[in-house]
Amino acid sequence: MSAVADTHAQDHHHHGPAKGFSRWLLTTNHKDIGSMYLIFSFAMFLLGGSMAMVIRAELFQPGLQIVEPEFFNQMTTMHGLIMVFGAVMPAFVGLANWMLPLMIGAPDMALPRMNNWSFWLLPCAFLILVSTLFMSGGAPNFGWTFYAPLSTTYGPPSTTFFIFAVHIMGVSSIMGAINVIATILNMRAPGMTLMKMPLFVWTWLITAFLLIAVMPVLAGVVTMMLMDINFGTSFFDASGGGDPVLFQHVFWFFGHPEVYIMILPAFGAVSHIIPAFSRKPLFGYASMVYAVGAIALLSFVVWAHHMFTVGIPIAGQLFFMYATMLIAVPTGVKVFNWVATMFRGSLTFEAPMLFSVAFVILFTIGGFSGLMLAIAPADFQYHDTYFVVAHFHYVLVPGAIFGIFASAYYWLPKWTGHMYDETLAKTHFWLSFVGMNLAFFPMHFLGLAGMPRRIPDYALQFADFNMVSSVGAFMFGASQLLFLLIVVKCVKGGEKASAKPWDGAEGLEWTVPSPAPYHTFSTPPVVK
Amino acid sequence: MTDANQTPQQPRRTNVRVVGWCMAGVLGMFAFGFAMVPLYDVFCEITGINGKTGGRYESTVAVERDENRTVRVQFLAQNGPDMPWTFRPVTRSIEVHPGEPVTINYFAQNPTDRAMVGQAVPSLSPSEGTLYFHKTECFCFNQQPLEAGESVEMPLIFIVDKDLPEHITKLTLSYTLYDQDVAPAVSDNSRVRKTTNDNG
Repeated sequence: MSAVADTHAQDHHHHGPAKGFSRWLLTTNHKDIGSMYLIFSFAMFLLGGSMAMVIRAELFQPGLQIVEPEFFNQMTTMHGLIMVFGAVMPAFVGLANWMLPLMIGAPDMALPRMNNWSFWLLPCAFLILVSTLFMSGGAPNFGWTFYAPLSTTYGPPSTTFFIFAVHIMGVSSIMGAINVIATILNMRAPGMTLMKMPLFVWTWLITAFLLIAVMPVLAGVVTMMLMDINFGTSFFDASGGGDPVLFQHVFWFFGHPEVYIMILPAFGAVSHIIPAFSRKPLFGYASMVYAVGAIALLSFVVWAHHMFTVGIPIAGQLFFMYATMLIAVPTGVKVFNWVATMFRGSLTFEAPMLFSVAFVILFTIGGFSGLMLAIAPADFQYHDTYFVVAHFHYVLVPGAIFGIFASAYYWLPKWTGHMYDETLAKTHFWLSFVGMNLAFFPMHFLGLAGMPRRIPDYALQFADFNMVSSVGAFMFGASQLLFLLIVVKCVKGGEKASAKPWDGAEGLEWTVPSPAPYHTFSTPPVVK
Repeated sequence: MTDANQTPQQPRRTNVRVVGWCMAGVLGMFAFGFAMVPLYDVFCEITGINGKTGGRYESTVAVERDENRTVRVQFLAQNGPDMPWTFRPVTRSIEVHPGEPVTINYFAQNPTDRAMVGQAVPSLSPSEGTLYFHKTECFCFNQQPLEAGESVEMPLIFIVDKDLPEHITKLTLSYTLYDQDVAPAVSDNSRVRKTTNDNG
């Protein structure tokens, strides 16, 4: 018997959602809000992706063909900001909203009204951010890392709007994180102890703590920028006694944990998908949990590896170099466990598994180039070259984005009640896989040969690899429209999905019917 | 609306606690972001890593020349953005014995037709030498006002510490001169023309 559902029923005749637009504007239902987050993040993914297409079109050939250099700089900046804050982070929050209550047997998120608010702040923030493209002086053009003094003394007037947008999306992320923590700590089904929690829940719990620790620091650093720009302070201005290098320290204190915020939930999702399609339990559950914790803790003491070239004493370089390399140990544990899970499993390769296997392989390649970058003396060669671009796209595209695609395909039957079109999904995978590798692998060579990042033009010897890279990028970009088609098709109809469409899948989310009813787990399930 | 309190899980009370702790964490980390500013200054003062030489040096220990070695000290001058003054070291390079007080001059002239105020900001390279470079008198300790057309020779008295590590044989001291009237005008829209947007 559930008190919540029964008393609720006396006021209303139905349990379904309200009708019309106000359903979405006023909803406090975790499934509605999760869907809105996912749709919003995909819209931002397409917007940020189209900016990447502008970048790759300009770089298709040497020389300036399509856009002016200053607009090119705005494109690189906005692409980075939109992908990081608009696509990847909201996608994971959307997955958290949909799946966390289902996975821990809770009726909803702990703070449903705050949930609604934290979602609706996001479109506001990105409306402000995107509107800077139409302002006099143009959009922010200083790169997504917005280093001072480029962003303070030399930034365009729209920088202040950019700062407010970052503030608002920061507030949204923090509220989302608080909600996740409250949900996981307070609303687990009876019997679900911490060490029985699904790994996606664990990784999100740790991600939420990271968000709470570093998003306020981001808010702090943009506030300092705001004051330097508008109120005559000199946090980062040498003429007033400040120091631009301080900006980089504060920014990367936020920035490095931020990159783990974008990958840890993907670790969690993949840790469900690989066992499901290997038809074996996950190898080394406890070590997975501890590895994620270790990665999160280490992420706070490695930030200066982004700034080896600004002049750090040798002892500092060594510390940050070794600390960074230490992260390879827990990450290696995770990769080992995923491979060990697949070892001698009854593997099948449906779309979620394809994306997950590609995730493991390609993320590892990105991890290795990260290790190369971590070597302080070698970093002087790689710093600010396309090698860095190749590295972080290898961890973010097949890492975060493939993780999100894998999750989407894995849970789509639960969300929509229909199976997606497997043939189209596999086509989407292979186009994405080939396109992504064509786009980003040549960038390693370009970077090692010395091509700097964030430039609209380049020396002739880089022409061939850039053309290959652009062709790959167009292919990757276009194939994402196929994903849109697959999801729309799946929402509209298709083969009916059973409550548990994947025979190897484990977890409470597969005990509710597909599509998941508007209200689930009004009576908490008992976990043994 | 008290229904929720009667559910078996009693979530509302613990939610308040969790949110409270989380908000404390958020506020604490926001404050920490700002605390990094003075922490960074203190850290740099102790280690000298950002090349900022310290304030006025006062020592009660009698200074003693180290006759056995010399260190070359080079002087650089540059103007901050939009600073029209002529600014240069009178002595560009000098050999000094560690421990001896040395006086050199910088020359500054205001060629404009209005009174201006300048502020020089020092930076020493290599930064490892920062802790061993002491200034007993420096024009950078104060702002320098100059009337229209006026010029001035500005003294710098420094001592290279005897404890300067052996492998450092050359120190480069660079001063950047900033126009102190510019700072408040930073946010003016007129600054747009000076942004990187001009490069195209």
